[in-house]
Amino acid sequence: MKNRREFLQAAATGAFVISSQSGLGLTTMFDQQSLHADSGKSRVVVARDPALHSPDGQLDEKRVLDLLDRAIAHYTGRDNPVEAWKRIVPVGKVIGLKTNGLGGKGISTHLALVMAVAERLQQAGVKPGEIVVWDRNRRDLEACGLTINTDASRMRCYGSDVAGFEDQPEQWGSARIRLSKILTGDCEMVIGLPILKDHSGAGVTFAMKNMYGVVDRPQDLHGGGCNPSVADLNCMPAIRQKVCFTVGDAMSSVYDGGPGFHPERLWQPNALIVGVDRVAIDHTAWQMIERKRAEAGLPTLEAAGRPPRYIATAADSTHQLGVNDPQRIHLMEI
Amino acid sequence: MILRSKRLSTKWALAAVAVALVALASTACKKKNIEPFPASGAVSGWEKTSDTRTFAAKDLYQYIDGDAEQYISAGVVSTSTSDYKYQGQLEATVDVHTMADAAGAQKILEAGQTKDAKSTSIGDAGVAYAQSVTFRKGPYLVRIVAFQSTTGASDALQALARGVETRL
Repeated sequence: MKNRREFLQAAATGAFVISSQSGLGLTTMFDQQSLHADSGKSRVVVARDPALHSPDGQLDEKRVLDLLDRAIAHYTGRDNPVEAWKRIVPVGKVIGLKTNGLGGKGISTHLALVMAVAERLQQAGVKPGEIVVWDRNRRDLEACGLTINTDASRMRCYGSDVAGFEDQPEQWGSARIRLSKILTGDCEMVIGLPILKDHSGAGVTFAMKNMYGVVDRPQDLHGGGCNPSVADLNCMPAIRQKVCFTVGDAMSSVYDGGPGFHPERLWQPNALIVGVDRVAIDHTAWQMIERKRAEAGLPTLEAAGRPPRYIATAADSTHQLGVNDPQRIHLMEI
Repeated sequence: MILRSKRLSTKWALAAVAVALVALASTACKKKNIEPFPASGAVSGWEKTSDTRTFAAKDLYQYIDGDAEQYISAGVVSTSTSDYKYQGQLEATVDVHTMADAAGAQKILEAGQTKDAKSTSIGDAGVAYAQSVTFRKGPYLVRIVAFQSTTGASDALQALARGVETRL
């Protein structure tokens, strides 16, 4: 596999910056030298399946697991998906899967993706009770097709409306909020499962903006096109250290009018976007939205007055959350 | 003494008139106390499948997060929403945004239009797509969205939209 060879060569020379954000998990994947490579690149995999949706727009859920396996195999260089996941998640830790159901039934993280990730986690040795699927509240989780369950003998699923928020607010830069206890207490590692959307304020919402669902007052972070709030929020230690990996849902998306569901602007990229570097992932996702908008005859997000400036802010020397320079992103489109 | 009494009664009369005028103006400005959501069966084939939830402007982020900004800047007062199902299959959500005035409703309607929008005669103005209908009537902006694309969905949505319109 050519890509795998490329990957192994690069990993051996420390060419990938893969864990600038993470403090847990993934450290078994590469040695410390590769984690801190100065001239490295952030790896982002965009895996596509043109047949994921039928001509009438129905998702073929059986294909989602295969698509996930391809994405993870290319990201890790491991053909066996279970072995690949063993390199991503630690054993004996509680893993959170942070979905995004804010857009309602039509444009929320797909249930099939949540279940595919949960299946592979369990096969990799994570016990069902060590998996917590979570979001802001019951309504958002139900929008994804999930059912609330707090029984720790099974895979759990609940929102911050059940767990509550920390009593004391935290501050980083402009962001002063209280974090969900699911993030601070219940989970030791979080995998982000955002869904790609246009956003009327921020321009694009995906990996980093998904963290607005872990705070008590997201409305306080929406000024100035969510810049620098998105970057500031993602710098908070609990987020920077625990949100270690992203399996981005770009199977369907809205390219305009978001973040709500607008079926007239619904689009099916039929893709998953996978990686550690949330800045690189968001930059990649932004370019996908721009290409679709151009194809639809819409102005760029810059021309529409809502460029996602928070992506560059997240990459600046103050935040250092990842890279947004295409020359420093190792993009693998498969 | 008599003069002072007359002055007092005149003051009281003026105060009473002022209170009455304020009460009249308040009644005139107040939105009708409406229930815009048709009950199950009120529109043929449509069943109301959830309770109505209402969000004041300050709480709108809880429902639509970042979308709340554009509604707030257009003067939204409150938003009510309910889910529906058509013939047990087609799922839809009805959102009724009560704006401060008709201009606010118009602003939102125009902002959401695309080139392929088809105008509809529902309300004061409106647009329809295969899976959605949006119209305004006075200060109300109504948006109905279906979550599936099925044959006849557009007609069914327009029927539901008319059912809401008659209640505004």
